Amino acid sequence: MTVGIVGYGSYIPRRRIRLGEIAKVWGADAAAFERGLELHEKSVPARDEDTITMSTTAARRALRRAGIDPVRIGAVYIGSESHPYAVKPSGTVVAEAIGATPDVHCADLEFACKAGSEGMFIASALVRSGEVDYALAIGADTSQGAPGDALEYSTAAGAAAFIFGRDNLVATLDAQTSFMTDTPDFWRREYMHYPRHAGRFTGEPAYFKHTKGAALALMAKVNAAPQDFAFAVFHQPNGKFPMRVGKELGFSRQQMMVGWLSPWLGNTYSGASPMGLTAILDVARPGDRILMVSYGSGSGSDGFVWTVTEKISEVQALAPATRAQLDERKLYVDYGTYAKLCGKIRRGE
Amino acid sequence: MRDVCIIGVGMNDWGESWDLSLRTIWTQAALAALADAGVDRVDAMTVGCMSGGLFVGQEHLGALLADELGMAGIPATRVESACASGGVALRSGFLEVAAGVSDVVLVTGVEKMTDCSGDEATAALATAADQEWEVFPGATFPGLYAMMARAHMAAYGTTREQLAMVAVKNHANGLNNPHAQYRRAVTVEDVLNATMVADPLTVLGCSPITDGAAAVVLADVETAHRLGKGRPAVRIAGVGLATDRMALHNRADLAALNAVTVAAQKACAMASITPQDVHVAEVHDCFTIAEIMIIEALGLVPTGRGGPATEAGETALGGRIPVNPSGGLKAKGHPVGATGVAQAVELTLQLRGEAGARQVAGARVGLAQNMGGTGASSVVHILEVLS
Repeated sequence: MTVGIVGYGSYIPRRRIRLGEIAKVWGADAAAFERGLELHEKSVPARDEDTITMSTTAARRALRRAGIDPVRIGAVYIGSESHPYAVKPSGTVVAEAIGATPDVHCADLEFACKAGSEGMFIASALVRSGEVDYALAIGADTSQGAPGDALEYSTAAGAAAFIFGRDNLVATLDAQTSFMTDTPDFWRREYMHYPRHAGRFTGEPAYFKHTKGAALALMAKVNAAPQDFAFAVFHQPNGKFPMRVGKELGFSRQQMMVGWLSPWLGNTYSGASPMGLTAILDVARPGDRILMVSYGSGSGSDGFVWTVTEKISEVQALAPATRAQLDERKLYVDYGTYAKLCGKIRRGE
Repeated sequence: MRDVCIIGVGMNDWGESWDLSLRTIWTQAALAALADAGVDRVDAMTVGCMSGGLFVGQEHLGALLADELGMAGIPATRVESACASGGVALRSGFLEVAAGVSDVVLVTGVEKMTDCSGDEATAALATAADQEWEVFPGATFPGLYAMMARAHMAAYGTTREQLAMVAVKNHANGLNNPHAQYRRAVTVEDVLNATMVADPLTVLGCSPITDGAAAVVLADVETAHRLGKGRPAVRIAGVGLATDRMALHNRADLAALNAVTVAAQKACAMASITPQDVHVAEVHDCFTIAEIMIIEALGLVPTGRGGPATEAGETALGGRIPVNPSGGLKAKGHPVGATGVAQAVELTLQLRGEAGARQVAGARVGLAQNMGGTGASSVVHILEVLS
């Protein structure tokens, strides 16, 4: 049975902070960070924006493109590592807000940066099984790095939502795969405010091993080579990593550019490769094949192969394009404002 | 004293060995050296290691590693002198064979440095400086060497470009070393424009954190001849170990390394040579400034001329006195306890004529210089082809 995406949407907060502004506060070498990580600025959530609000907006945009009655959505999965509540789902609020309740299965997911693609994996499988007609999967984060830590230069906010179905698809899901080992490169224990990471260990044995493992398994599954794809998008914790893994696998810069948002967006964690996919769908043409590989610390990668259908051109303009949200109407904030917005300032009781 | 020869050498591939433990990388190097020597048992062994305790939470390495090698029962000791632990382990093995206590000794060095965070590794390394006078007030090794570099620049006009040229040369040499951590060339511009660590030292002016092990098998000269395999016999002709004031501020001259000079004088006297007789040197370039100061302290170049000599290519492969053909600590890597032993591995290959593309033509006398901290301890070995 063919399943795929019937509607997609994204949300990027308007606020940005430049890397140089962060580096200035911590006495760091901004040019070295920009060069080394290929990062220039990142999105910053406003005080009233969180995983739930961003997910809701992205989901509403996905609904607009899908053109379906929200009550027909049988499952809602939100992947994030910044769910506002430790106990109490984000998904209930979002499902209620979009009008999908009460006949709906719902779960919040967590797998570091691949929680969003986990939701896509499960949602598509539920639709394929016939258990539900439509399933909504969202990847969203307002990720946080400890002040002064290398992570602070990349942690950003954004959301991507996908509604899976069996008819009127804008992109078919041709194959999906998962590649996972117990590799603890990044973690946050209960009651810790900021995550910790294992420095350079997050590269070769963690990110690169798993993204490559998933990509190779996926291409073998569909008997395809890099040149068979119009676009490829990998998890983008910074600007450098996705370009390197793509190049090592044999993808060209041109295949990667459209989904490569991180240099100007930062790392939206659970939203990262899903948002890249939304940017690709915004410009894709019928017949285009897309390879998408997520990565979550801990560690694992989910990979998907999509083929864009004739229907895509009918829905592209129905909601704001991801690249437009990234490039337009930006509001730059200074470090003090950013620190306030991200809750980094401890206020009086 | 009996003559002592190196009859076998081995090392593992150095780098970030995240899926290998300390005992595994050590065993790879030890087995390689035993195979090279053609022996399956030794009378004793030493392990140079700076801080198994802080890096991986493991001490008691003599017993642990003898057991790992299937040799539980033999005398086995861990030797520590910070980053000179390997060189001092070699000296211990040398003395044991020279004294006639043992005929065949396995000398090893190992450090497993990437299993902890960068901050933890920096703190572990900082225990080689004076904790009360240097570390508690905030000094780190890059900071201390940066001060030495500043002093050298002020005293002799050494330039940032000359410092960078040390890294450029050693990275070029490392291209030809299959065991090296970094096998890529860098330019002077790369070094100057890299992230600043402690002015004037950029990240490419500093040696890396490395997982690695190295091993040599020592034997008395009779045993060496018996197991010679027709290869040139390499003799340890001279050994010198010296110490200096520990804290930098207690030294009369920040731009000099007295322990290196004294150790070299002792080693050269024992070997009955002068520094001018040396054909190839492996020195402790933990920072680019260190190599410049060391080649001066050893007497390979006149005092204050380390920078210009490097710039003129005197220390490059094919130059007047090639320094660090292995790639040095800079490109080969610097697993601190293994470094001194790996220098002996490289010189043995050079003196046997087995160094491949990085071979120093006609090398018959080699000098290895290994150093702890900012030079508070230094050990020098002279190796020569036994005619």
